[in-house]
Amino acid sequence: MAKAKGAIVVDVERCKGCEVCVVNCPTDVIGMTEQVNTKGYHYAYMKYPENCTGCTNCAVVCPDGAITVYRVKPQ
Amino acid sequence: MIKEENLVYRRTPLMTDATLSYCPGCGHGTVHRLIMEVVEEMGIQQDTIGISPVGCAVLAYDFMDVDFSEAAHGRAPAVATGIKRLWPDKFVFTYQGDGDLAAIGTAETIHACNRGENICIFFINNGIYGMTGGQMAPTTLEGMKSSTTPYGRDAMKMGPPFKITELIAQLPGTHYVTRHAVHKAGLVRKAKKAIRKAFEIQQEKKGLAFIEFLSNCNSGWKMTPNDSNQWLEEHMYPFYPLGDIKVDGKLVKDVCKDLMQKSPVTT
Repeated sequence: MAKAKGAIVVDVERCKGCEVCVVNCPTDVIGMTEQVNTKGYHYAYMKYPENCTGCTNCAVVCPDGAITVYRVKPQ
Repeated sequence: MIKEENLVYRRTPLMTDATLSYCPGCGHGTVHRLIMEVVEEMGIQQDTIGISPVGCAVLAYDFMDVDFSEAAHGRAPAVATGIKRLWPDKFVFTYQGDGDLAAIGTAETIHACNRGENICIFFINNGIYGMTGGQMAPTTLEGMKSSTTPYGRDAMKMGPPFKITELIAQLPGTHYVTRHAVHKAGLVRKAKKAIRKAFEIQQEKKGLAFIEFLSNCNSGWKMTPNDSNQWLEEHMYPFYPLGDIKVDGKLVKDVCKDLMQKSPVTT
């Protein structure tokens, strides 16, 4: 069975760089940027976007609700 | 892929656009969002009234887009009682921390639970007074360092930690008492189900629903968010075990034994 493909969109200004999403991602998609947002936090981004399955684990644990998740079912 | 039809998760619009005042990685934000997601799913935004505490969550009314009232320190269950009795058809919940609910508000909490007021109480336990700078709270574990117990909490001098959730589970007015955590995706999903159940109990006018959430306080504990979550699992789980304590008005755990349990000494 083909895996579902997912993608996340991080609200850069809302992210506080706590990295809780990083350890909760089962496929190790998320990394933290070198750059900082206007508050000075390193923010989450899709380091390995090809691995994302759109499981929403990162979004449900994000205390600031900074992550939006999209998913497409395999054809 | 980034299209409306592929959307599977978004921040609920019932959370306002205000930036949360909590530290990075704090469980408060997650619990706020879960409560609002349940309110959104049940379609009760117009009928929900929250009572915010004093403590880190004092600004909860800025973040949750439902009606809110502020209460004096610890008096949220008393204010909720008044509101619920005036408007029995509204959904009333209090949102309190451990300093608010288990220290200064112990009397109000215990009596509201004993009377079986038809409200929901959401209790965030991080074992410390987070907002004022990490002082010792009644829930601070034995041996745990805080700014007022720099050598660790000594049970001989300061008393053992207080399990208020097990205590109030024994009161006749409580219908549903449970303990959850919100630092892992699976736990968050379970916690959301419990919040939904709590609101449904209130809808059916069955009695008081009380949910404790274990949360980290990474600033107060002086750790990174992920380290503090690990610390929570290692040290808080043994003394504050997760799971239901009272379901449908019946105890499902030996709470007397739990209450007598000696706190493991943490360092």
